[in-house]
Amino acid sequence: MLYKNYIRVLYIDLSNEKFRVEERSDLWEYLGGVGVASKLLEEEMRADLDALAPEQVIVFANGVISSIFPVVTKTVAMFISPLTGELGESYAGGRMALTMLMAGYDAIVLTGRHRRQSYLSIKTHNVEFKDARAFKGMSAKEIGRYIRDKEAGSGKRSILRIGPAGENGVAYASVCVDTYRHFGRLGLGAIIGSKNLKAISIMGDRVMPIAKPIEYLKAYRLLFDKSTETNHMQKYHDIGTAVNLEPLSEMGALPTNNMQSGSFAAAEEISGERFAEENLVRKMACAGCPVGCIHVGQFRREFDKGHEYESISVGYDYELLYALGSFLGIEKRDEILSLIDKVEDEGMDAMSTGVVLGWATEAQKKEMLTEEQTLVKLEFGNAENYLKAIEYIADRKNEFYTDLGKGVAKASKIYGGEDFAMAIAGNEMSGYHTGYGALVGTLVGARHSHLCNGGYALDQSMKDFDAEKMVDTLWNEEVERCLLNSLIICLFARKVYDRETILLALNVIGRSEITNEELTRISREIYKTKLRIKAKLNFVLENVQLPQRYFETPSMKGTLDKELVLSLIGKFQEKNKILMAE
Amino acid sequence: MAKLLKATGMNKCIGCLSCMLACAAVNQKDHSLNKSAIKIRTYGGLQGKFYSTVCLGCKEQIACFEACPSGALQPRSGGGVIFNSAKCIGCRRCEKACIASAVFFDEETKFPIICKHCSVCTQFCPHDCLEMEG
Repeated sequence: MLYKNYIRVLYIDLSNEKFRVEERSDLWEYLGGVGVASKLLEEEMRADLDALAPEQVIVFANGVISSIFPVVTKTVAMFISPLTGELGESYAGGRMALTMLMAGYDAIVLTGRHRRQSYLSIKTHNVEFKDARAFKGMSAKEIGRYIRDKEAGSGKRSILRIGPAGENGVAYASVCVDTYRHFGRLGLGAIIGSKNLKAISIMGDRVMPIAKPIEYLKAYRLLFDKSTETNHMQKYHDIGTAVNLEPLSEMGALPTNNMQSGSFAAAEEISGERFAEENLVRKMACAGCPVGCIHVGQFRREFDKGHEYESISVGYDYELLYALGSFLGIEKRDEILSLIDKVEDEGMDAMSTGVVLGWATEAQKKEMLTEEQTLVKLEFGNAENYLKAIEYIADRKNEFYTDLGKGVAKASKIYGGEDFAMAIAGNEMSGYHTGYGALVGTLVGARHSHLCNGGYALDQSMKDFDAEKMVDTLWNEEVERCLLNSLIICLFARKVYDRETILLALNVIGRSEITNEELTRISREIYKTKLRIKAKLNFVLENVQLPQRYFETPSMKGTLDKELVLSLIGKFQEKNKILMAE
Repeated sequence: MAKLLKATGMNKCIGCLSCMLACAAVNQKDHSLNKSAIKIRTYGGLQGKFYSTVCLGCKEQIACFEACPSGALQPRSGGGVIFNSAKCIGCRRCEKACIASAVFFDEETKFPIICKHCSVCTQFCPHDCLEMEG
């Protein structure tokens, strides 16, 4: 808790409509975020039960400097992932971190299952369980309007909601936060749905006097200028992350047509530059971020003859253009935006959705799937049929689509084609076939995300491959990000918040006892907690099978050598073992 | 003559709320959005455009000043008012009188929060939505 010596945790028991607050001084040292959330997950999770069992827990946490410094805008969610069966960890921006701060909760722990479909209203002085039965099957977009009408606090509130996919238990269902941000990966939406929740509204209105106003404003000004006037973050605001698409295609690192290729012939047409010129209509920001990386694109759709059009605006960035663009062979920008819009409505992770459909398309072409199963012919470039397929996944239309909703790893075990089912340890791949860093980094990463340790960036910055250096860099980054994700600084601002800056910010809020060495110790302790959780959930790194395609389609660094990958994993694991023995 | 804050570029607003956080921090020494004299909201959710609610800087016929019975509000050179908390008893007449709904009431201190056109928010607006005129 800001200016206090404890972490204030709101525990909500949905089954019994009870809640309580605990001031946890024992968690104070972990700085909030993933540090606190992983401790709470370790305490509350039920390793013996299914991820969607009512007893399971969802933990949300913000950090000790959340929202009071620029670009410290994220909230973490931790849970057991219904997609991978192990550590679930996902981040969302929007206004959630600020509203949690204003409401006075550092962490929120949800357990149980409500007796009927409900939405939660969390405020500074109250928690209410409200009827949401009429919202059943409603899109994640539409329900926002209803909650806005019902809940007070315009401009000071954050609304989380799920779509039909979350209600129906699709293992990669997402949670939409404040229209344009998401807890996208690893299936938090399915867990929210399993708890009979359709939405969560958070509103705070408490006052928070600044302890050292002069020092605070000086530091705030410094960080504001560093975030807006230096080149650290320019690319995120200008064209956005989509600026990477065309260069990655040229380098052979853009997974295309289910990663049968690393280059996309239509890359220029769907590039960040083209989207910026033709579709971009506005940019937006999370609360407390002067950078504004959210890019909103617009397209129009003819719904009837006689020039009858509707206009649709959706957020886009690199990962979405990859997953619902090149990975599915979609060559038109409007079609990609319409697929994003569909995924938003249904409430599904865009990356996982693209990857499962890519696998299904290739499996159908190889006659492993029939049209009786897929209901529509899945073919690269056919957006119209993909739109239908997305709806079928969310609705669990038949047995095949129900299986597809379990993720590509599980679906390919049933129908075949595991060699081209592009998941890493159960999590569908991200858009980087850059080399050993991306593949190994994602595999050894605690939550199997490209953002665990940024291996894709290492591939691009490391000129001469050096196995030892690669493993050391990935491992150090994995641990360092435990610190950034505790505070919780948006990873786009990782170069703004070096250790010196973090210590300055902590000093201003009265945490001057924390030294640089202490930050290292804390980040290692957090990483150890995550590794313990993974072990309790029976994750064994050495047992992971990688799809053969990784070793067939050349990456940016050429064709990858499986033996070398295994050796890098072994070296990483050695470093984990040394840490755990400390 | 003193300059006036004008929110002339709200179409460019990205909704970062930096203006609000800076206003509350500088003028009220508080992190809370409640303490800001400028409010950023949307026309119907985040898909709608952003708008601001802040003192319009009335130059003549200043309704909040006219409504204030205790002398806590005085006309400011260039427009708007100057607030003197020592003379305020928290009657909320100024809040009701402002047709722009730009006088906010601080439930903690029982004083109104009114923009004093100090320009801090403009310094923290990354998109030049806010400017000082005059």
